[in-house]
Amino acid sequence: MKEENTPTPEQLVSIDFEPPRKSWMDPAVKFRKGTYCYSGVAKHVKYLDLPNPREWQPTDSDWKLPPDWKKIILDGMKERLEKYRSFRLFMDICVRCGACADKCHFYVGSGDPKNMPVLRAELLRSVYRRYFTTAGKLGRLAGARDLDEGVLKEWFYYFFQCTECRRCSVFCPYGIDTAEVTMIGRELLNLVGCNINWVIEPVSNCFRTGNHLGIQPHGFKDSIDFAADDLEEITGIKVDAPINKKGAEILFIVPSADYFASPHYYTLLGYMLLFHEIGLDYTFSAYASEGGNFGLFTSHEMIKRLNNKIYAEAKRLGVKWILGGECGHMWRVMHQYMDTMNGPADFLEEPVSPVTGTRFENAMTTRMVHICEFTADLLKNNRLKLDPGRNNHRRVTFHDSCNPARAMGLLEEPRYILQSACNHFYEMPENTIREQTFCCGAGAGLGTDENMEMRMRGGFPRANAVKYVHDKYNVNMLTCICAIDKATLPTLMDYWVPGVEVGGVHELLANALIVEGERERTTDLRGDSMEQSGAETTDA
Amino acid sequence: MAAFYSLILVLLLSIAGYFGGSAAGTFFGIIIPYAAIAVFLIGLTARVLQWAKIPVPFRITTTCGQQKSLPWIKYSRLDNPGSGLGTVFRMALEILLFRSLFRNTKAEIKDGPRLVFSERKFLWLAALAFHWTFLFILLRHLRFFLEPVPGFVLLAQTLDGFFQIGTPVLYMTDLVILAALAYLLIRRFSDSQVRYISLFADYFALFLLLGLVLSGIALRYFIKTDISGIKELALGLATFSPALPAGLSPIFFMHIFLLSILVAFFPFSKLMHMGGVFLSPTRNLANNNRMKRHINPWNHPVKVHTYEEWEDEFRDKIRAAGLPLDKA
Repeated sequence: MKEENTPTPEQLVSIDFEPPRKSWMDPAVKFRKGTYCYSGVAKHVKYLDLPNPREWQPTDSDWKLPPDWKKIILDGMKERLEKYRSFRLFMDICVRCGACADKCHFYVGSGDPKNMPVLRAELLRSVYRRYFTTAGKLGRLAGARDLDEGVLKEWFYYFFQCTECRRCSVFCPYGIDTAEVTMIGRELLNLVGCNINWVIEPVSNCFRTGNHLGIQPHGFKDSIDFAADDLEEITGIKVDAPINKKGAEILFIVPSADYFASPHYYTLLGYMLLFHEIGLDYTFSAYASEGGNFGLFTSHEMIKRLNNKIYAEAKRLGVKWILGGECGHMWRVMHQYMDTMNGPADFLEEPVSPVTGTRFENAMTTRMVHICEFTADLLKNNRLKLDPGRNNHRRVTFHDSCNPARAMGLLEEPRYILQSACNHFYEMPENTIREQTFCCGAGAGLGTDENMEMRMRGGFPRANAVKYVHDKYNVNMLTCICAIDKATLPTLMDYWVPGVEVGGVHELLANALIVEGERERTTDLRGDSMEQSGAETTDA
Repeated sequence: MAAFYSLILVLLLSIAGYFGGSAAGTFFGIIIPYAAIAVFLIGLTARVLQWAKIPVPFRITTTCGQQKSLPWIKYSRLDNPGSGLGTVFRMALEILLFRSLFRNTKAEIKDGPRLVFSERKFLWLAALAFHWTFLFILLRHLRFFLEPVPGFVLLAQTLDGFFQIGTPVLYMTDLVILAALAYLLIRRFSDSQVRYISLFADYFALFLLLGLVLSGIALRYFIKTDISGIKELALGLATFSPALPAGLSPIFFMHIFLLSILVAFFPFSKLMHMGGVFLSPTRNLANNNRMKRHINPWNHPVKVHTYEEWEDEFRDKIRAAGLPLDKA
């Protein structure tokens, strides 16, 4: 998977943190292989009715911008300054204290000063000052600069070198959120047709088929049936997994990678086995077959366009409420945007666990519950029988995925599940978990292979914390509740910490879950032997 | 260069104040201060109103602790408030104690490679020290503008001079604010990353404040100053019956001129973080997104791909897969 020109780990960490002597205000961006993403393919841009579909690449000198591109951008900025208090405020109040600088995984891993969150935002602020403030008329002395193609190219490079993980926002004394700045920055770039294919293609697929991977209804059905067959092979139990079933109590939404990628797939097996054991009346949907939403990495409008199907499908199927699987940015959308954009969900009922009778007070209006909240409640009420010994071959740590951590605060629920299902659980150092968790380095649509060097750089802080627990406690499994993590962390582990696998919380839960009528399990859900290999079992 | 230019500008302004007072006392002692205050009040109000009238379309709280979810899970009331009251406390911590800045750490790559984190509380300490002493000094200055001097001002003065060192008594705040400003300035020079991001306006604000503090210190401790004259002017300004007493020292004019520049600069600068910190949507909203619906005033319809369109496009495949259809 690694691109041929990706530097070795040794080369990669020899980083010079001394900024150049030249002022940052002169745009100078080099699109070096391995550090940028390819442009959005015209047919996808066109399918979505987005502006300026064309063939181009960031390395081209001519980006084929529309003739009035500058006006489009400035008008777009004006509109957004009037629509988002966050945007205007974050343009106005930064004092450049620099507390955010070494909080960004891309800065830590690259040393590029324009990856300091403060400077990433200044790239946009300098243009804001020039065209929208009084002081900005003074020019460079006031930190203002003209918008030209060099600046636009710099925006593209650095706004697609931010995974919108919001770690800097935790440390900022004013809560300035770089994710908000780059989300708006990407919206502006989209206005003139500058987007990346790793975002635009999933968005276009999702709009058409219902999921990012472009899987059509029969493919969806096959995947789910296949999973049911696999489960039967492992446990001897044939689980029922209904799709588009009207009148089911619960609509279950997952990121599409769960049923089409590895190691996500084992988490899917986990959900299905769990639902069988508790006899949950639920349904998948082949139309709402994606909880993830790459609209979040495109524009606010696109979030809404893609998210629309969730409530629409819940209404059509007549379910009582919605349950959502393990996914990071999906949950930022479900938690912080869905109800506002596509609610009110007054056709649903307030969510109550059919097993324990617990009312999910925290989801009273959105009426969508996170699977970790749901399962933690089952465990607390002793509704599940677990044999954590079945996970003894796994020495486990937990990576807090950015959005559940910093846009929800879903910290204890997954830990409660893991600690119930595993005997060997170890936390990474405290500066790297919970609200201070480090991104996988490939979120927000940057998880593409042509961007490999930047991914390995951005993922360094996370990987280094995993290495710490790997060296100290022989940790061999990194768990997480995010589909992008599950897709990109394996590559990161192979690069920085070989010997650590990546898995989901519900995968380990289902390994441990004692299911009525199952035959004795000889392997875990991956088909791996549950025997502990000698060297890795002794506590360090 | 930005630092150099801003230092030159502050020096020029100081000289202008120093000599301007004797040449055009009324202008520098009365007209400029009034104009500066007017710019400050109008500018500040306009800026805050401008922010306030922009909608907050989404509730984008940055959560810094456990959410309020299941009743048996202890949640972080201050760092991830689930209610309005919790948010008030979170904001109070933020505004009064700089809670987020307190989290500051330093991350360095050591051999191994190992990413090592260390404490880095000096920025927080200096920032907190500067802001609180500045407020305290402002309070102390009320003795010039009010007659009789209110009890809390006298109390502030007594507390500040608690150790009774020297004559006139040394105010602790004078030392602290000087040390804090010096730290903030030296940090901008010595930390290469902070130096790289610093703009003219960042140095200008610091030099201006230093000039203000130094001229104030000079007036109190080092030169003979006609306190009653200053009080006469200040009272006159406060009661809108300004009169310029004779014999005010040039350093005093420098002091009041730098202050005027500072307050007039305020609404056009990053100093507006004073107002902005109250309005930051990642901090001042409760994380109750799924409990309480947030309304976006400009929420508009968008183009979507409906179930019906989807079923029409994939009908044969849906049927072949044996999945139910709405329209057979």
